[in-house]
Amino acid sequence: MLRFIGRRVLYLVPVLLAVTLLTFMVASLLPGDLALAMLGDQATPENVAALRSKLGLDLPAWQRYLHWLSGVVVGDFGQSHRTGEMVLHAIANRLPVSIELMLLAQLGALVVGVPLGILCAARADSTLDRVLSGGAFGLLSMPSFMLAILLIFAFSVHLGVLPATGYTPFTQDPVANLVSMVLPAASLALVEWPALMRILRSDMITTLQEDFIAMAKAKGLKRRRILFVHALKPSSFTLVTVTGLNVGRLIGGALVIETIFALPGLGRLLIEAIYSRDFIVLQGGVLFVAVAYVLVNFIVDLLYTVLDPRIRHGRG
Amino acid sequence: MTLALLEVDNLCVELPTVRGPLRALAGVSLRLERGRSLGVVGESGSGKTMLSRAILQLLPPRAKVSGSTRFDGKTLQALAPEALRALRGKEIAVVFQDPMTSLNPVLTIGSQIVETLLEHLGLAASAARLRAVELLASVGIPEPERRAGQYPHQLSGGMRQRVAIAIALSCEPRLLLADEPTTALDVTVQAQILDLLARERSRRNMAMMLITHDLGIVAGRTDAVIVMYAGRVMERAATRVLFKQMRHPYTEALLAAIPKVEDAPHTPLAAIGGTPPDPTRPAPGCPFAPRCRYGRDDCREAMPGLAGLGDHQFACWHPLAQRPLPWRRDGR
Amino acid sequence: MAAAEMTGVTDAPRRARRRSLGWVFWLAVVWIGVVLFGALAANLLPLEDPSKISLLARRQGPSALHLFGTDHLGRDVLSRVVYGSRASLAVGLISAFLALLAGGTLGLLAGYFRGRLESLTMAAMDVLLAFPPLVLALAIIAYLGQDMVNLTLTLALLSVPASTRVARASTLAIAEREFVVAARALGASHLRVMLRELLPNVVLPLLVYTLILVAVLIVGEGVLSFLGLGVPPPMASWGSMMSEGREQLDVAPHIAFIPAIVMFLTVLSFNLVGDTLRSMTDPRRAAL
Repeated sequence: MLRFIGRRVLYLVPVLLAVTLLTFMVASLLPGDLALAMLGDQATPENVAALRSKLGLDLPAWQRYLHWLSGVVVGDFGQSHRTGEMVLHAIANRLPVSIELMLLAQLGALVVGVPLGILCAARADSTLDRVLSGGAFGLLSMPSFMLAILLIFAFSVHLGVLPATGYTPFTQDPVANLVSMVLPAASLALVEWPALMRILRSDMITTLQEDFIAMAKAKGLKRRRILFVHALKPSSFTLVTVTGLNVGRLIGGALVIETIFALPGLGRLLIEAIYSRDFIVLQGGVLFVAVAYVLVNFIVDLLYTVLDPRIRHGRG
Repeated sequence: MTLALLEVDNLCVELPTVRGPLRALAGVSLRLERGRSLGVVGESGSGKTMLSRAILQLLPPRAKVSGSTRFDGKTLQALAPEALRALRGKEIAVVFQDPMTSLNPVLTIGSQIVETLLEHLGLAASAARLRAVELLASVGIPEPERRAGQYPHQLSGGMRQRVAIAIALSCEPRLLLADEPTTALDVTVQAQILDLLARERSRRNMAMMLITHDLGIVAGRTDAVIVMYAGRVMERAATRVLFKQMRHPYTEALLAAIPKVEDAPHTPLAAIGGTPPDPTRPAPGCPFAPRCRYGRDDCREAMPGLAGLGDHQFACWHPLAQRPLPWRRDGR
Repeated sequence: MAAAEMTGVTDAPRRARRRSLGWVFWLAVVWIGVVLFGALAANLLPLEDPSKISLLARRQGPSALHLFGTDHLGRDVLSRVVYGSRASLAVGLISAFLALLAGGTLGLLAGYFRGRLESLTMAAMDVLLAFPPLVLALAIIAYLGQDMVNLTLTLALLSVPASTRVARASTLAIAEREFVVAARALGASHLRVMLRELLPNVVLPLLVYTLILVAVLIVGEGVLSFLGLGVPPPMASWGSMMSEGREQLDVAPHIAFIPAIVMFLTVLSFNLVGDTLRSMTDPRRAAL
């Protein structure tokens, strides 16, 4: 088992390296001069020259890459040109907000998706199932930002019960914090749950055809136990995997949602960096998000093998 | 006549399929007394598995069922779902064919025994766990405490089937339906499992229905046998009578198909030529007629009913002559 | 799985049920046709100038003069929606098509030649997939500059891994089949085998997948334009319209809602058509 993990870790290293390389290459896509682009209208020949030497832009590409990489490895992602703040520091400040949003969104999606998935599987092909599955399919075609606008209109503009923007830190006022997170999390959860529901429903329908379900019925077990213990457990692996992958994806910051609702998260940091041409922050931020994504995927992969007892204990 | 534990009366099961209605059982009747064992023999598609499902009332909801099944005097079709649920696992237990698929792969062995005990006997959790370990030991599983915490795939096929038997016996059922319990196992293990079943049966005075395609298995292990083909009972008799004085050509063909130790090497297997009839297109006459070596025209025209003397009945227009039949390949 | 067979016998109709081409399917096709027509024939239709600002007629609701009303700058919403469909459809269709070409080729080569080529290709795809797609798209556009070409190429690039996967899977499924082996034995060159034997079988699932991809890319373009990093202004786009309309939700919600509804219906239609065709042509689903 440990050997198995060790092998996966070994595979991880080249992937992470490739990620840093790709990030660096993307950053080099900039046509024209980086310093010039960053300074914008504040560009004077002196400023530009100063910034160029500060950033080491005169060095050849591979040297710049190694220099950057060596900094990244020890946590030096550079410094924001605009605010002077260390990039990693800025990320660390924004990360809790994104994580909170991601957790609430996932929780919401699971709370809606799992029961409905079980319900639809238990009553496959009934009218209820068809209606819910159809609704789920429809929702899959709605992007989160569209739903966000709908929700803002309904709850903020029309009913006035929830704020359209704004964020209060949890430590400052838990209630206000959660209130400010309701709409953002809902926008994400409501477009996530259809996928989860469909996955669970499909897996459970397959499982319910298995012999051991017939056996459980022949043992005279209660229907509830058969559904929630015998059927749900083997069907949940794909669901867990997908949820884990979503977590990774949403760490990227539900960029759009954070922007719409003005949440000071990681995604918004990236957007602001783009708007203000703060390319150092952008480069560092993208790298951080990508590395986090790879690591979360890796952990989810491991989790999957741990959860399934067939894989955990090897073939009998 | 005493009340039999299990009485099945003209049971017919029809399933709707894409190709039309499938007649799985076409009027099956049988009686099983307390503590007796009945062998149900037939090829795949003869309806024998459908019979066990029908008895348990575990048919798919779209199935059309007629006839009656009575357990201990109670008509099972008339029972409410809750009452049926209370019967299953407690009074009537099942052992399925393939223990790899009939045991839940993601639950421990122990929990799969315990849940039955908790459901039907209302034991406390700790008492149930102890009882589960006892049961595992009684079916011959070494290191039962350790095994109780393991998952099905960690056990060998034979051990898994022992677990399935332990589960079936856990609530002291009065009737055990063993549906091809040894088909999925190695030959060396088959005898052990059958012996285990026989031992437990006599110890508990439990009625047992042993369903199999192998006529050889029921010899010496059952009190009576019914031979099924195409959803019907073709012959029924006490076991010894059946083997000594079989009257139905199908029974004879089944027996002849069993390879014998005393045969010379390379003796060709006397397989029954042809295939079973399509259950969605039932023919008017005897279903075995196309494959029967004695088949005549009137066999194809009308279906013979079960007739015979006393406990020995057979459904054939031209049954074999009534004399002890030697086990000969040429069927004379 | 004897027990499963018992239940499976009656469940067979359910499992084999293919989505027949019902009225919903055709409705979706019609809608796509309408939108496509609008996009292509926008110049010829009696529409207002989408960029024409009229400060006197701001934020008007739907009326006889302006079927969908006007936005905060007095521009006709209907014409902006129609002209906006150009951006969304152009980007969506072209990017999907490019991804189809690139991914299809790569997948076919990888699945046919196997070995090093396959490992390298899939590893490269994995690296691309290691980035959350939106973040990568934004980064590329931020660095490369915001114009239609960059937008289209970026979205295409991000879709290549998925297309490659589909193509490779289809190729793997048939590359070992007899008619391919036979063709090679008869001395056909690699290219010939790929073009004549493999390609026709791979093309169908790939095309069907591309339909679904179009839906995804329309959303992608919408998101980018919503953030102001997609189609450059003053070109109309559904995403940018929704972004502008967001400010006006309290006084003129139609500015955001109309493009939202149109985009939703378009994405839904592509999804429906693609999904229905897939369930009809996918041999796994169709078999009993």
